[in-house]
Parts: sequence; structure tokens; C-alpha cells
Amino acid sequence: MSIDLLLIGLAGVLAAAAPIVFATIGETLTERSGVINLSVNGTILLSAMASFGVAVATGSLLLGFLTGMFIGAVVALVVAGFSFSLKQSQVAVGFVLTLMCRDLAYFLGNPFIGLSGPRLPALAVPFLKDIPVLGPLFFRQDLLTYLSFVLIIGAWAWIFRTRPGLSLISVGERPAAAYVRGLQVNRMRYLYTIVGGALVGLAGPAFSLSVKAGWKGTISGLDGYGWIALAITIFGGWNPIRAAFGAYLFVFLQWLGLVLQPNLPGVPSQVLQVAPFPLMILALSLVNIGNTEWVERTLAGLPDEVRRSIGRVLRSLRASPPASLGTPFESE
Amino acid sequence: MRLPAGSSGAALRLVAVFLALLFTTGVLLLAGAPPLEAYRQIVTGSLGSVKKITDVLVTWVPLVLATSGLLVTFAAGLWNIGIEGQITLGAIFATGTLRLTLDSSLPPVVAIGAAILAGIAGGAVWALLAGLLKVYGGVNEIFGGLGLNFVAVALNVWLIFGPWGRPGVASMSGTEPLPDFLSLPSLAGLRLSPWAVLLAVGGFALVFLLLQGTYFGLRLRAVGKNARAAFLLGVPTVRYMLLAFVLCGALGGAAGAVQVTAVYHRLIPSISSGYGYLGLMVAMLVNYQPLWMPAVAFFFAALNIGSIQLPIVLKLDSSLAGVLQGALVLFVLAVEGVRQRLRRSPVKTAE
Amino acid sequence: MRVELRQIHKSFGPVHANDGISLTIPAGMIQGILGENGAGKTTLMKILSGFQRADRGEIWLDGRQAHIQSPQDTGGLGIGMLHQDPLDVPAMRVVDNFLLGRQGGVRPRRGQAREALQELAERFGFALDPEAYVDGLTVGERQQLELLRLLWLGARVLILDEPTTGISALQKDALFASLRKLSEEGRTIIFVSHKLEEVENLCHRVAVLRRGQLVGEVAPPYDTDRLVQMMFGRVIGLGSRLEGQAGRRVIELEEIVIEDRRMTIGPVSLHAAQHEVIGLAGMEGSGQQVLLRACAGLIRPVHGKMRIAGGDVLGRSYHDFLRLGVAFMPASRLEEGLIGGLDLAEHFSLTDPQAGILIQRQAAQARTMAQIEAFKIKGTPDSLVESLSGGNQQRTLLSLVGEDLSLLLLEHPTRGLDIESVVWIWEKLKERCRHGTAILFVSSDLDEILHYSDRIHVFFGGRVSPSLPAGTTTVEQLGQLIGGKGWPEVSL
Repeated sequence: MSIDLLLIGLAGVLAAAAPIVFATIGETLTERSGVINLSVNGTILLSAMASFGVAVATGSLLLGFLTGMFIGAVVALVVAGFSFSLKQSQVAVGFVLTLMCRDLAYFLGNPFIGLSGPRLPALAVPFLKDIPVLGPLFFRQDLLTYLSFVLIIGAWAWIFRTRPGLSLISVGERPAAAYVRGLQVNRMRYLYTIVGGALVGLAGPAFSLSVKAGWKGTISGLDGYGWIALAITIFGGWNPIRAAFGAYLFVFLQWLGLVLQPNLPGVPSQVLQVAPFPLMILALSLVNIGNTEWVERTLAGLPDEVRRSIGRVLRSLRASPPASLGTPFESE
Repeated sequence: MRLPAGSSGAALRLVAVFLALLFTTGVLLLAGAPPLEAYRQIVTGSLGSVKKITDVLVTWVPLVLATSGLLVTFAAGLWNIGIEGQITLGAIFATGTLRLTLDSSLPPVVAIGAAILAGIAGGAVWALLAGLLKVYGGVNEIFGGLGLNFVAVALNVWLIFGPWGRPGVASMSGTEPLPDFLSLPSLAGLRLSPWAVLLAVGGFALVFLLLQGTYFGLRLRAVGKNARAAFLLGVPTVRYMLLAFVLCGALGGAAGAVQVTAVYHRLIPSISSGYGYLGLMVAMLVNYQPLWMPAVAFFFAALNIGSIQLPIVLKLDSSLAGVLQGALVLFVLAVEGVRQRLRRSPVKTAE
Repeated sequence: MRVELRQIHKSFGPVHANDGISLTIPAGMIQGILGENGAGKTTLMKILSGFQRADRGEIWLDGRQAHIQSPQDTGGLGIGMLHQDPLDVPAMRVVDNFLLGRQGGVRPRRGQAREALQELAERFGFALDPEAYVDGLTVGERQQLELLRLLWLGARVLILDEPTTGISALQKDALFASLRKLSEEGRTIIFVSHKLEEVENLCHRVAVLRRGQLVGEVAPPYDTDRLVQMMFGRVIGLGSRLEGQAGRRVIELEEIVIEDRRMTIGPVSLHAAQHEVIGLAGMEGSGQQVLLRACAGLIRPVHGKMRIAGGDVLGRSYHDFLRLGVAFMPASRLEEGLIGGLDLAEHFSLTDPQAGILIQRQAAQARTMAQIEAFKIKGTPDSLVESLSGGNQQRTLLSLVGEDLSLLLLEHPTRGLDIESVVWIWEKLKERCRHGTAILFVSSDLDEILHYSDRIHVFFGGRVSPSLPAGTTTVEQLGQLIGGKGWPEVSL
């Protein structure tokens, strides 16, 4: 394959991954505050459908995107409300919502199947687009992809380089410690759940108005991306940059499948398309193995030096979730 | 989530049902559809004739099998999202076994029996994988199950388009169909097999007995409610969790086997038909207690079958069933949450 | 700042943690608060610092009533508390914990924070690496960090709950010198501790709490014996220990070392024989609970030998220990001991050694009724365990562990129980003892330890005393050892 083709292919990977980047970073923010929003898969479908519908009806791309974000925020609000105000299990509510939103998407989206709607145009950056290698890769994308680049850096900087980011980390890790320092734990959790939900909602139109334009009902091929985003959130260790790496890796594997297809005649194309999904999720076992009880017991039985060095290695590899993830905070 | 039994519990459930219907009506109006007509179609589409009722039962069988299995894993405190993959693997193993017997001269009864047993084994093995990932790999069973679901889908698709595909042109419609004599005999003119119904009833009865009447079930429930205390009291928690996975997988695999031997007679891409996820919702709706499960499962199956009419008659997508089902669970959860909140406030003296 | 607590009441369910406590602390005073575990000291301080809300009572600061709803309010008022288990974020670095919660712009001024941290740390002789992660620090270091943070925030009332857990003598002197200086500046220091020597050394006045009430206030010069008596008091009629001959050794520990997250426990060598009751005394967090769990097979020691009935058991699983006749009763009855949501009959079915496959309801009911009778549990077979009172939960736990045990390990067996239940449970335990069971128990109630043990080991900061004969040890001696005094003389 020529260099040019390769660059175009990789640029396509970056663009196709943009929706997953949005969803993953949104969920990362939500989970950093200690809330698990399992409804991501359904939300993406619903927001994809709704934003496409609005875009077709009004002709406005902007309204479409805003609709998507709004839907994402509303669904996330439902999860937050059930968790904080009604004290129901976040997992249960998220799971029901993910199924119901998917069915809502298919049902309400019926009239829109097959219609053609507005599509986000490419927007090459003058001057920068002509830099060898980097130009075609990064600067001949569309607005949404540029936004995803900015979001990765922005989210990372927010969490790790600002004071409010520090507060966010503390709320997810040890809400009691945040509380005692005067932070308002539940209010922050609501906020981050809604913002995260809005970003997840952005993934929908990122598909239906750009990457996988249109709405095709049950064969839209969008089912499953939400679960991948959840898995990549874990794989990414709740760090936006590492999560973005996971997203790009996933889409790269999909692209690789497409590319290698002609060389693998015996393998049906569907398999190569589906394969990256389980691969990513099973990669989770790598980051979690240090947390198990049998490992701890085995460690205690080892000689001191060995135990200490292995312990140190395990600790650095560990992708530990925010310690209070999923548990509600009672201020008394 | 322990909904009160008796009158107040029933009243609450009715409120939830009413709210769910209200919500779904809203959705219908949003879609510009006539709500009452839609509901009428669903009712006649599912209960309108004997044939339709047997169609509901055809859906009911795998749903009951899957949900019975899920009641076991829920008793152990586990979210076995991998049930979909377990159903698929059951179907795959069953199909494989039947294909193996094609060349031999085994009587169909034996072949089908073997296929069902193979399906049970396949589902059990798949569930065990999810359990091992959880216990020894530290992977939460939600994600382990999801990952294995995807693998099951990939495996299924590969078989359909690859080695087991229709000769000539492999297609989405499934693998090479199995000969008629290799299916569970059905009632005259109908798609329903009484053997399948028997299997479902048997599976449910087994789980009911297990959970309510055996020491195994008691220990399982202890693990689900407080694994740490159960461990300290002497229950081998790891073993019981893995056994719960295996049992659920076995029942899910049976559901998959039924799908192949009694319904589709071949492997199709969506062989599990979402019965796993639907079963999770049924389980949530009956508060993880077996008693009302077959009835609720029948209701959900009826919704599924009834809404098949909708695209034809009213040009609506049949996903409406899913909307109503989801809304029911959601509002039951909501009503329970409100009830707990109201109960907490007056008693808020000392923590 | 002048602090006045007026008639503070706080209950947790049936437990009256603070029972009408009124205390006045003038500005610039170093006020000591003494009391044993469960006396209510920490609860009272959590109320003052806003972390918890009192049921009744008022707080007045500098002559004005303060309405405290949350730590946000007290932060603004200048009240800061250093918790016994510091409320920091283990996954974050020292410098980030230091500046977390402090008002400022969007950009965290880490450089500024580092400087302030270094400066304050030097003043006290603390050595804290700003870039280190907090979960790698010892408890002592985490306390130092928290203390520095509160000082940086300019707290006018400083509440210190057991602040000297892991710091060296030199650091302690520096800390005390700074505290004295701070009090001279008009800041109020409240020093909650069980370490008698330090309290006597540092505090201008000492208030003693016992069982939720203020027993009295004392001014220097301090009489240690009097303080101990106020702290631990005298309880009447608890029954007596079982006199009798010890039999074969049931459990032996040789040079056992256990690494807990916070400290290293041991090396400890001890043994318990049939018919013996061994009491493990010490303030919470001194290591006795960890040792008890190691004896149950729940925690694996990193060094040493452990034998049960002569056989080597180090590294065996908890269920192996169960099979050897070792039973463990945890202190947190509902979190670790009993299963909420199951009723009494189900619990007894769960532990029925003759369990078959099918549950025989009749037989199970009968068995449950028999146990209810035998242990005088106020409940029916259908009662959910979470609906039982603490005393009845404890009786249930005891009845679940079974008969014919070789070793019974009890964690705070009578915590939070009424006197009647305490006496009754110990009668049952002595019965077991008579039949040959060895008993090892952890308790923070000195009277319980002295009344029922044959021999006592005291724990302090991970160190374990040699066995003390209970018959000839006095409350004062025990209290002093628990408080960390008199240790160079006793060494293992």
C-alpha cells in the first residue's frame, strides 16, 4: 500500500473514532465523579436517531448536534436522579435505560429510515494541511474530529491540571475527604453526570451526521459502540489520553480488518468487523488481575523482597477505578 | 429492592403499570400514531387466535428458560449480562451436534436429545468462562459477559458464512437448514412444540425448587446477600458463584438449543433474539423472585409477538414492545424509590 | 476562638453516643479530651467540625451561636479537624491533597503549595515528599500532612484526634512546641487522645468522657491513677472468671509477624490452651484485631510459625481452619457476621452440619426453636436478623458457630450490649470453656478483659506484651499499658 493510501486510511481512522472518543471521555468524566452510567449504548442510538431527525426536519446541522447533546444529558439526568434521589442501583437503571433507549430509537426513528440528511463537510486547515505526513493525517478532517482532538487534551488538562479537576478526582476517590474539605459532593456528581451524558449524546450525531451518515434503523450498525465506550473507559484507566488511545486502537483494528479482508478469503468479512469488539473487552483482564484475592494471598506467601517488588509493579499497572464508583454518598 | 407483598405491593405495581402505559402512549403520540389502535393491534396480534397464542408460547419457552437461569445468578448477586452469548453457544453446540448426526443412522429422538444436551453443555461452558474471568481475572461479570457475547456473535457469524453456510451462496438467512426430521415435533399446523414447553416448565420448576427448597439455593442466596458473611459462616463462595454461572449458562444453552431444534431449524445471526436481555428485565420486574415469573414472561412474550403486526398494519416499528417493557421496569424502580423515600422521612430522627 | 458546646446529644439508633455534653473551652487553651473507645469523643468532635450533625444542642463560637450544617460552614469559621483515620485521598499525591479544597483560581498553584508545605514541614521536623502518593505513606505521615494542611488554612480551632499515632519522639516534641505556640497566638487546640503521658504533658485542662457523658474536668497537676479511674470506671457484678486447670495447647504462635496496610504487628509469640480464656487488650487499631484474624486464617502472616493442635497451619485457608474446629465471630454483626435479608431459620439451616439436599422445613423450624430456647434469643424463626437487637444478634452469632470447638475467636463480643446480655453471653462462653474450648477475645472494655481472662496480652502500636496473669493485674496497670506507658519494662 502506498504511503498516501496509508495516510488517508489512518486519517479515516481518526475521524471514525471521533464519536467513540466523545462517548468515552464523557463516561470517563461521569465515572471520575463516582457515577456509573450504563445507558451509554442506548443513549448513542437514541441521540443518533433524534439528531438525524431534527437535522432532516430543520436542515440545520447545528440543531441536530445540539439535540444529540440534549438527549444525552436528559438520559444521564434520569440515571443520576434514580441514583441520588431514589436510591436505586445505578447498574439496574442504566441497564434498563440502555435497552429502552435503543428501542425508542428504533421505534421513533422508523419514519427516518433511508432518508438522506445533511452531512458534516470536511474542513481542511489552510497551511497546516500541506505539512508532509501530519497534514493529511490531522488537518484535513471535519469540525467534529478537530473537536475530538481538542476534547482529549482539554479533558485531560481539566482533570489533571486544574483545581476543579482535583476536586473531581477527590469526589470519585473518597467523597468523605472531599466533603470534609467543603466540596459539595452530590451537586458535583449531578453536574459531571449530565456533562458526561451530553458528551455521550454528542457521539450519536457524530455518527448519524458524519461518520455513518443517515439512519438505517436496526441495521444502522451503531449497536454495541456504547458498550465499547464503557469498556474503553476502564481500559483507559479513567484517563482521557489513554482512553483516546483505546478508541483509536479499536477503530484501527476495524480498519485493519477491512484492509486485510482481500488477503484472508476464508474469513467472512462480518467476523473481521466484529472481532475488535471482544478483543477490547477481553483486554480488560490485563488491567484488573492485580486486584483479586488469590493474588493477594499468594503475594503474602512470597519472600519479602519478591513480595515488595511484585507489589510495586502490580500497583503501577493497576487501573483502579475511582474508589467510590457506584456507591452513593450519604453526608451524615 | 424488596417490594412489599400483599395489597400495598399490588397497588404500587398498578401505579407503575399505569405510568408505563402513560409514557408509552406519549411516545406513540410523538410518533404520530394512534395509541389505542396500536394497543388493540398488540392484543389481537398476540391473543387473537389459538395460533397466535401458540406463537406467544414459542417465544415464551426460551424466555422462561433464560430467565430461570438468570434468577439463579441474581440470587448469587451476579449481573450475568453474558446470558445472550450463553444462549448463542447453546444454539451453536446444538446445531453442531445435529450436523454430526446427519451422516449417522441415529434415530432422530436420540439425535435431538443429544443436541439439547450439547446445547446445555455449550451454554454452561460459556458461562463458566465469564465466571472464571470474574474470579481469577478480576473482570467484572458485566464486561466479561459482554466481551463473551461479542465473541459468541462473531463465532456464530463465522459459522453461518463459513463452514456451516448454505452451499453456494452463504447468506444472512442462516446456515444450511437442518432436515425436518431433526426437529422437535410440533403440534399439527402450529410452530409450537409441546416438548419445548415441557422443557421450559421443567427448567422453571427446577430453579424454583432449587432456590426455595434446597440447601444449595439457600447458600446461593446467602452469597448474594452478603458474600463476606456467608464466607465467614463457612460457605465456599467462589465455588457457589461459579456454580451459579454454570447453572444459568446451562439453562441459557437449553434456550438456544430449543431455538435451533424447535423454531428455526438452523443457525441464524440473531439466534438468541435478545431473549437474554429481555430475561434480565423480566427478572428485575419480578424482583428476582420465581413465583410470578412465568406470567410476566408470558406478558413480555405477548408484547413481542403482538407488536409484529405493527409494521404491517400501522407502519410502526415493532420496537414499541421494547419501549413498553423498559418503561414498566423503569417505573417499577421509580415507584419503589419514591416509596422508600417517603418511608425514610418521618423516621429521620437518629441515623 | 472560644468554643462552647451546650447539651450536645447524638444517637445512632439505640446507642446514645453523646448524652447531653456541655463543655466550654476558652480561646488559646489546649484542651485534652480523654476516654476509652466508644466514650463519644470522636462523635463530639465530628459534630463540632461539621462532619456530623447533632440531634440536639448548640454550639457557640466567640459568644455567637453557630449554625453548622456541613464542613463547608466550619471551614469558613476556621474550625479544622484532623481525623483519626485521616480523610485524605490515597490515590492522589501529597501536594495535591495539601491544596485540595483550598479556594483559588482555576490553575492549581502547585509551586506555591510545595513551598508552603516545605516551610511548615521544616518547622515541625516532618519529612514529607510532595510528589509521593498518599497511599504509600504511613498513618503517621498522613496525619502530619493533614495537620500541615489545617495549619496552612489558618484554622483558629484545631481538633486533633489521636494525632501522634506514628510519629517519632523528636517530631512529637516539635509538634507539641508548635501547638503551644499556636495556643499562645490565641488558637484553640482540642487534643483527643488515649495516650495519658502526652495529654498530661501538653494540655492545660483535661475533660474525661465515658459512655457518652462528661465525667469530669481536671486541671494540672494530673494524677494518672485518677484519670484512669475516670476513664474506665468501675462496673458492678460482671461475674467472675472460670477457675480451672489449663489443658493441652490448642493454638501456638511463634514469632509471628503480620504486615497490615498501616503497621507491622509483632513479632509475637503466644499460645492458648484448653479451658483458657486469653484477653487481647488495647485501643482500636493497635493490632489485636489483625492478629485475631490471622489466628482464624483470614490473614496470612509474613513470618513465623502457627500451630493448631500441634499441626502446622500457616498459609492454610479459612475454611481449613473451620474444619480444624476454629470459629471466628466478627465484631460487625451485620456486615460480616449475619446475613441481612435472611431470617433465623435460614441462618440455622445454612450452618446445619447435617444439611442434605432438600430443606426439611419442619426439622429446620424445630432446630431453630431449640436454638432460640437455648440461647434465649428474642425472636421467631421468621424474624429477619436485621430486626433483632444487638444483644440478640450476638446470641444468634454465638449459637451459629457450633458446639465442640477447639478454639473460639471473638472480636469485641459484647460491644454495644446491655449488661444483662453481657453477663448472659459470658456464662455461655464459660460453659464452652469448661468443655475444653480455648477462647481468644479482643475487647476495649478493661473490666471485661480483667474479669474473664486467665491471661492478657496488651497491644500498642503493633507491639505485643508478654502474657500477664489477669488475677494479679490491676485496672490501673492495664490502663497505663494500653495508653503506651510502661512499655520498655515489658518487652517480648
